[in-house]
This record gives sequence, structure tokens and C-alpha cells, in this order.
Amino acid sequence: MNTTVDAAAVIGAAPVAEARNEEAETVNPAVYEFTGTVGDITAAQPRMTARNVDVWYGDKQAIFDVGLDIGQNEIIAMIGPSGCGKSTFLRCLNRMNDTIDICRVSGEIRLGGEDIYDRRMDVVPLRAQVGMVFQKPNPFPKSIYDNIAYGPRIHGLVGSKSELDDLVESTLRKAGLWDEVKDRLEQPGTGLSGGQQQRLCIARAIAVSPEVILMDEPCSALDPIATARVEELMEELRENYTIAIVTHSMQQAARVSQRTAYFHLGRLIEVGNTDDIFTQPRHRLTEDYITGRFG
Amino acid sequence: MNDSAGKTVDLVKAGLHRRHRRERRFRLLGLGAIVIGLSLVGMLFTDIVSKGYTGFFQTGIRLQIDFDPQRLDPEGNRDPAVLSAADYAGLVKQALRTAFPDVKSRRDKRALYRIISSGAALELRAMVLSDPGLIGTSRPVWLTADDDIDMLVKGHVDRTLPETSRRVKDKVIGWLERLEREGAVTTRFNPPFFTHGDSREPEQAGIGGAVMGSLYTILVTFLLSFPLAVATAVYLEEYAPVNRWSDLIEVNINNLAAVPSIVFGLLGLAVFINFFSLPRSAPLVGGLVLTLMTLPTIIIASRAALKSVPPSIREAALGVGASKLQTITHHVLPLAMPGMLTGTIIGMAQALGESAPLLMIGMVAFIVDVPQGVLDPATVLPVQVYLWADSPERAFVERTSAAIMVLLAFLTTMNLLAVILRRRFERRW
Repeated sequence: MNTTVDAAAVIGAAPVAEARNEEAETVNPAVYEFTGTVGDITAAQPRMTARNVDVWYGDKQAIFDVGLDIGQNEIIAMIGPSGCGKSTFLRCLNRMNDTIDICRVSGEIRLGGEDIYDRRMDVVPLRAQVGMVFQKPNPFPKSIYDNIAYGPRIHGLVGSKSELDDLVESTLRKAGLWDEVKDRLEQPGTGLSGGQQQRLCIARAIAVSPEVILMDEPCSALDPIATARVEELMEELRENYTIAIVTHSMQQAARVSQRTAYFHLGRLIEVGNTDDIFTQPRHRLTEDYITGRFG
Repeated sequence: MNDSAGKTVDLVKAGLHRRHRRERRFRLLGLGAIVIGLSLVGMLFTDIVSKGYTGFFQTGIRLQIDFDPQRLDPEGNRDPAVLSAADYAGLVKQALRTAFPDVKSRRDKRALYRIISSGAALELRAMVLSDPGLIGTSRPVWLTADDDIDMLVKGHVDRTLPETSRRVKDKVIGWLERLEREGAVTTRFNPPFFTHGDSREPEQAGIGGAVMGSLYTILVTFLLSFPLAVATAVYLEEYAPVNRWSDLIEVNINNLAAVPSIVFGLLGLAVFINFFSLPRSAPLVGGLVLTLMTLPTIIIASRAALKSVPPSIREAALGVGASKLQTITHHVLPLAMPGMLTGTIIGMAQALGESAPLLMIGMVAFIVDVPQGVLDPATVLPVQVYLWADSPERAFVERTSAAIMVLLAFLTTMNLLAVILRRRFERRW
């Protein structure tokens, strides 16, 4: 990508904005200045709501005052250049950031009315409700069966071996992986192809029937065919789950999501219906990003 | 443009010869280092094996023993108490007198008796106690020869030296040569070397006591250091916050690994023996001291093993809602275990070869009995090697080397085990 706009300098940098004004007139009247998130951060049927979220890594603030709803049965895509805080924000939603010692989160994130950063909130039930799929496929170095069965086992979701067998089969069917692996459930999950591994990880996440699935660039390590397969799967899963996906690929965001949130340097710049964001962005930064001026 | 490019190539080519020569020299240097290292190890092994292999053998002398009922069991009721207190040494002497009727003077007789080990009487007693039917019979029996005779037969004593400069006199050599002609002298494999405890008589000394002492000591060391080290490593790696305190602990663990081992011995003496009044020379105390010594090694290896478990596995487990403990016990520990075990085995091998700290806590004592537990006085293999190397008898030289060979065999086996473990459980992600 080119660097005609220095991403670090643009926020509140009036001279730069003026220098580009003659072109800006023609494409978009908005300026680079950030004066609060553009668009509607609320969703019709919110499943999770985040308000005034700030995140620090040590002394460095990574996220500034982000508010965003994640609606029931929708796929919301979070896009933005590297280091914009989209992954950090995603990891706040199931408190995955707790594992980082120096990370501090303030603000309010609610899941169905409960504040997940409440002192009394335990991360175990939270993460059972808000599952996660990571950038790199990370199946456990155990059998395919055990990969799926692990979550239900530790949460005590099933009573008997046959129930567990059924759950593993139905989960793998939901993930569209059953036909490919039914004859080798006892083989290690790490022996599958990259795309299959990632679908196994998605299956592992849905095996505990979460309400929300967070996906952190789930296709960045996959080839286009495997990516297409995962995207199909996401579309199928939308009927029963709510999905928040962080992606580097704007095409992917456009293909799979209903709403899109654009992050820039820790700020949520713009939120809106995916179609609107990609056809009529309202903020100048969004416009520049989706048209490929930087990224 | 073309011109300067051509010049660059010329310059590079001009220097090429020199570069190649340097590279060759560097490679030869490395090769030379390996050759020197290997040849030194080769020399060490050749020396030990050539000196030590005869230590596994022992000269025996065949004598016609008359199990005289008068001498052994005058009452004739086969009472074990009487049988075990009987004069078996007398049987040996009697047999020698019969074999050499021409030896008359007291002095010569004493010299004659000395060609058979004083342990021979014990061998006869064991024979009679296990089979009292022998009493009243007369049969040839192979008896252990004295260590001086053993050395002579094995060729470690030069028979051509003047009589005054060797321990075995001409007269004795004459008797021995007669026995040799009769086929009554042979050198055979010596099982007692592996089962006996230490002894002042080289022909009766064995490494059995030291091996058992080493096993008990290592057992105590393993049982204490492995759980302690794993718990420490898991806490430091998974739970401890990174701050000044954890840095201090880390620095101190690394320092502890560099403390000379004899200091740990002094600490063991002061704390375990003087303060806690644990018994001296006991494998328990030895194990405690070696635990202190090996802990840092195992902790460092275990932490490295834990660090090498990819964070993605932790995230995966946390992501499906596993608690921290479940993440560690279900995923991280099993994956780190091969590395931890490798570190532990290396630590154990280090402990097995350690002698200095054990000298401080009295495991250097002369102990004849094979220890039966962790509180019995004992010594360990390396200390046994040290004790024997210090003994003046010529026959202890080969026994020292033989004991070293046994010790090296143990160490090699343990290191091999570590390599096999690492190979077998190595995982790829």
C-alpha cells in the first residue's frame, strides 16, 4: 500500500487535511479530524454492548473510548490497518486480555445485561458463552474427537459417553467437517490441513454452545479455497450464533458481514451497515482505507 | 556503468582466493578441536577399560577340602548355631597343609595360608549352611585367592623383579606354579564384585554397597527435587507476576546453579545433621543435599520446557473456557513433560556423579554392610571410587577402574534415556 497519508499523523492534523482538500471535495466532504464515532453504534437486538472502553498496555493506551453493540445473529466485521486496536477490542469481549499482565481495561462491556468486567464475574462461564477462534489454527495436539470433546467435558455438558459421541458428531456436522473426518476421529487434529484445522477450531468453539463467537482473523493463514469454505460456514452459523470477526481483508468483511466497524489508531471511526460502509463511507479515514490509500 | 561493474567483479575475484583459504582454515580449526576432544575421551576410556576390565574377574584356587565332622559338628546334630560358629579357616589351612606336605616351618606355613583369601572361610561356611550334607565328604572346592596372588596371576606383578622389590616371595611363586601346573588356578568372572560391600581385602571388596547407596540417594533426590522443581517452575512461569521480586528469584535460582557443590555439602552438614540431627552418612541426608544441588538445574530446564509450549495452545484452552489450572494440567504440563523429564534425568545424572558434597556429610566412611534403607549408613559410587583410589593395595587399582566403568555405564544409560524420551515425545505444531 502507498503511504501518501501518514497514518500516525492524520488524526487532528489539519494541515494534512487541507493539503488534500482539492481532491477531497470531489470524493468526500468529510475531513480527517476525529470528533466521535460516525454512524450508529447500537444494534437492533444487542447481544453484547460495549461503552466507553479504554485499554492500556502499560502506559500506552491502545483503545480510546470505544462504544459498540454486537447484535443478535449478525456478523459484525472489524476492519482497520495493523495496530488499530481491532484485535485488542475483540479480545476484550471474552477477557482474553486478562492473560496479558500489563493490560488494563476500563469502561463497560455487557453480555445480556451482565457486566463482564464485574469483580464477581468469572471468566470460565464467560468464555463458555463467548467462544473464540484464533488467527492461526491451534487444535490441541490430541485426537480430533478429543479436540471437540474437551470443552463439553470440562464444563460437564454431557452425562455419558454416547451423549458425548452424539455431541461430537453433531458439532462436526455443523462445522461441515463430519464427512471429511468421520473415519479418523482418533487421529491427531494437528494432522489435518490448515483449512480443516481452522474449521476444527470453529467446531471446538461451538461444541460448548456459546452465544457469541469471536474470530480473530480466522482466514489469514488459509488459502482462498479454505477461506471460502470457512466463510460459508460462518454464514451457516449466523442462524444460531452471533459472530464478531476481525479481518484484514476488506473483501472478506464485505462478503460475510452485515455490519462493519472501522478502527483507526485505537479509535472506532465509523460503524454502519456493511453495504453503506463500502459504498458510501462517511468518514474520510474510512474512505481512504477502503479505497486502499493506506492499510 | 558497465565499466565499474566489471571492476567490482575483478576485485571480488582477486580477493576470492584469500576468502576461500580463510574458510578452509576455519573449518580445519573446528575439525581439529573435535579430533582433539574425541582423542582425549578415547584415551580416558582406553585407560579406564584397560586397567579396569580385570577387576570384574577374580583368581580362584582349587583345593581338596575335607569337611571333617569332628571339626565342624562334633555333636552331630547339625545345629545351625554350631555350624555357623565352626572353624572353617581351619579347613582351609588343613587343605593347604595336605596339598603342600613339605612345608614345615611356622613362618612358611603362615606364608602358605596367605595365598587363600581370609574370605574363603566365609565361602565354606555358606556352602555348609546351605547344604549340611557336605559334612563328612571330601571334595575339590574353588576358593578365592588372596589379592597379591590375584595380581600375580593376572600379570600385574612382574615375576622377574628381584624378590626384595615385590610382595610375593619366590617360595610362594613356586607353590603357585605347582598349583598352576596341576590346573588348580584359574581366573573367573567375579559376581561378588557386584554384590559385596566394601572391604579392606580387595578380593572381597565389591560395589554392591555403593550401588545401593547411590540408588537410595538418587531415589530421595528424585522424589524431592522433581515435584519441588516442577511446582516452582509452573508457579514462576504461569502464575508469578513479572516484577522485581520474580526477577530477584530468577537471578537467585541461576546463582544457585553456579554454587560449588561442596558448599551444599557444608550446608547439609550444618542444617540437616547438626540442626535437625539426622543420621550421618545416610542416603536421606545425601539425597537432601543433592536435591538442593539439582533443584536449580531442573527448575531452569522445566521453565524452558514450559516456555516452549506455544501460547496458542494456552489461548485455545482458555478460549473454550478452561480455567487456568485446567489449562496447565490438561495441556501445558503434558506438553512440557518430556522437556522436564529430560532436565530431571540430566540433573539426576549430575547428582549420581557427585562426590564432594557427600564427603561433607560423612558418606565417605568405610562401610562394609550393604545399606537396607535410606537411614542406614552408606556410601555412593563416586565416593567409593575415591576411597579405593586412595587405598594402597595394588588390587584396588583395577577395582577403582572397574567401579568407574560401572558408574559410567549408569550415567550413559541415564543420558541415553533422556535422549530417547526427548525423541519419542517431541511434538510438532
